[in-house]
Amino acid sequence: MNTPTAKSPAEKAGAHSPVPLPAASSGVTTAGPALRSPGSAAGRRAGGGVRRQLPVTPWLFAAPGLLIAAAFALYPFLSTLVNAFTDRRALVPGEFVGLANFQELIHDEMFWIGLRNSSLYVVGVVPALVILPLLLAMLVQKHLPGITFFRSAFYTPVVASIVVVGLIWVWILDERGLVNGVLEMVGIGRIGFLSDEWLLLLSAMFVTVWKGLGYYMIIYLAALANVPKELHEAASVDGAGPIRRFVTVTVPAVRSTMVLVGALSAVAAFKVFSEVYLMAGPTGGPAGEDTTLVMLVQRVGTGLTGRVGYSSAMSVVVFVVTLGLMLLVLRANRKEDV
Amino acid sequence: MSDAKLALADGRRTPVWQLVLRYALLLAVLALTVGPFLWQLSTSLKGPNEDIFSSPPQLLPSEPTLNNYARVADIIPVWDYALNSLKVATANVVTNCVGSALAGYALARLRFRGRKVAVLVFILAMLVPIEAIIIAQFTNMRDLGLNNSLVGVLLPGCIGAMNVLLMRNAFLNLPYEVEEAAFVDGANTWQRFLRIALPSVKGTLAVVAIFAFMGAWDDFLWPLIVLNDPENFTLTIGLNYLHGTFANDERLVAAGTIIAVAPLILMFACLQRYFFRGVGEGAVKG
Repeated sequence: MNTPTAKSPAEKAGAHSPVPLPAASSGVTTAGPALRSPGSAAGRRAGGGVRRQLPVTPWLFAAPGLLIAAAFALYPFLSTLVNAFTDRRALVPGEFVGLANFQELIHDEMFWIGLRNSSLYVVGVVPALVILPLLLAMLVQKHLPGITFFRSAFYTPVVASIVVVGLIWVWILDERGLVNGVLEMVGIGRIGFLSDEWLLLLSAMFVTVWKGLGYYMIIYLAALANVPKELHEAASVDGAGPIRRFVTVTVPAVRSTMVLVGALSAVAAFKVFSEVYLMAGPTGGPAGEDTTLVMLVQRVGTGLTGRVGYSSAMSVVVFVVTLGLMLLVLRANRKEDV
Repeated sequence: MSDAKLALADGRRTPVWQLVLRYALLLAVLALTVGPFLWQLSTSLKGPNEDIFSSPPQLLPSEPTLNNYARVADIIPVWDYALNSLKVATANVVTNCVGSALAGYALARLRFRGRKVAVLVFILAMLVPIEAIIIAQFTNMRDLGLNNSLVGVLLPGCIGAMNVLLMRNAFLNLPYEVEEAAFVDGANTWQRFLRIALPSVKGTLAVVAIFAFMGAWDDFLWPLIVLNDPENFTLTIGLNYLHGTFANDERLVAAGTIIAVAPLILMFACLQRYFFRGVGEGAVKG
């Protein structure tokens, strides 16, 4: 199925190892001949030679981390699975109800609206976050004077909290905000970016893309650094213009990174919460028409009357869809390799 | 004009019009990515008598004042909230660095029964999406009596599974010979960890520290769920609250957001190398 020989070494490196960034590779951790993969001779020899320790020492080292992982990731995950089949409420333990929560979901209009919006979010955000950061990375790839300043500046939105970013754009897109001020000035008139159901969802997607650009740009920069210059030069000699070189040289060379970015951004987009919560309000608009699935989980499950069981059933849907998205993207990648 | 060429650092020659186009694009993207922050800063400095809704928009404050930063503290205790955020973020740095270094070292260098199971626990924990367990996490925290406290905000992320695996990788990448020599010289596990292994992974530790700080400082969904007493709000939750109050004045919200974002931008400006490196190391494990 996989044809490893068809892949360039650079591409494989991009797919399987943490992307080595040129600027960061001077760190002490990658000293000389030490690059051994986990589970290789290094790991075994490490254990083999070391006996001067109490049997309990390794467990003492690992205990805090294991305890936190078990108590605050695995345990809540399992209890979410269990709760999904009960009618548990915030202050009432609840009983096993079989598939009743899931049957109710099928007839719950809000659930379908949430599922629709979260899915639309994936469809709207992923293509933009796969392509735009790649173009941006190509723009800042060349070593021009001042280019490190531009790289850093483009990364700034990643550093800011989503709350800060959301409130900044709520103000810019406000009925009387910056964008509408300009639109009125040029005679187009004011647009209700935050009052129209669909424009609001689009605006939120725009904010998500705006905040994510710099992050994925850095990932692409590392991948682009692995594209051999000779390929571009050979294509140039053959008379290929910039667009043709982009399609025939750059895209195939960074394709596995594009798949990675697609998977990461798809999973993140489906779980969208903060952008829409801040821009549309806690209920997702007056009638909840902009609610996303995670907003619904939060709204249904919290508070004194929170329906823990029912919102757990929604959480299970969130989990299954994100897992499915991940597998779908990876599978699509594998098929194209055949 | 189009024949004019400039020699670049890599020795190749580029037509001037291409360079001009490139810088024009760079400046356009710069305006789009940094402009909104500057607009927010400008709004936060505008005086009470200025029309902040004017069209055409007024880019610079005509009566600049710092008064909004004082006034925002009258509506929400913004400095207390900043202190709460700082507490959680600092604690998150300490717990993540200590916890993931210890566990990462055990997984990479110590032999014990159940090591593979331990690795698996961290991988599974990393794969669980926070959004899908948030309600169970909340009931869990309430059963522990820690809801509505900063400890409750801190605990779930205080030793990130991904950080443990990052540290494990860093330790695995060290040459084993030095530790072996120390072992032969009679150093025990703790001494080998503290004196030999740990100083060699400072870079990865810095990445863990920075992302732990940023993650805690910026977090929204979990503190929003676990905190409901305005007394204990962190800065992000406080800003959301301010945004929802009836006293909503755009100048004040702007001042609040600048207070929240300034420390991180400063930190980024000083330590960008590690920010970029963290993207590379974290991306694959996402």
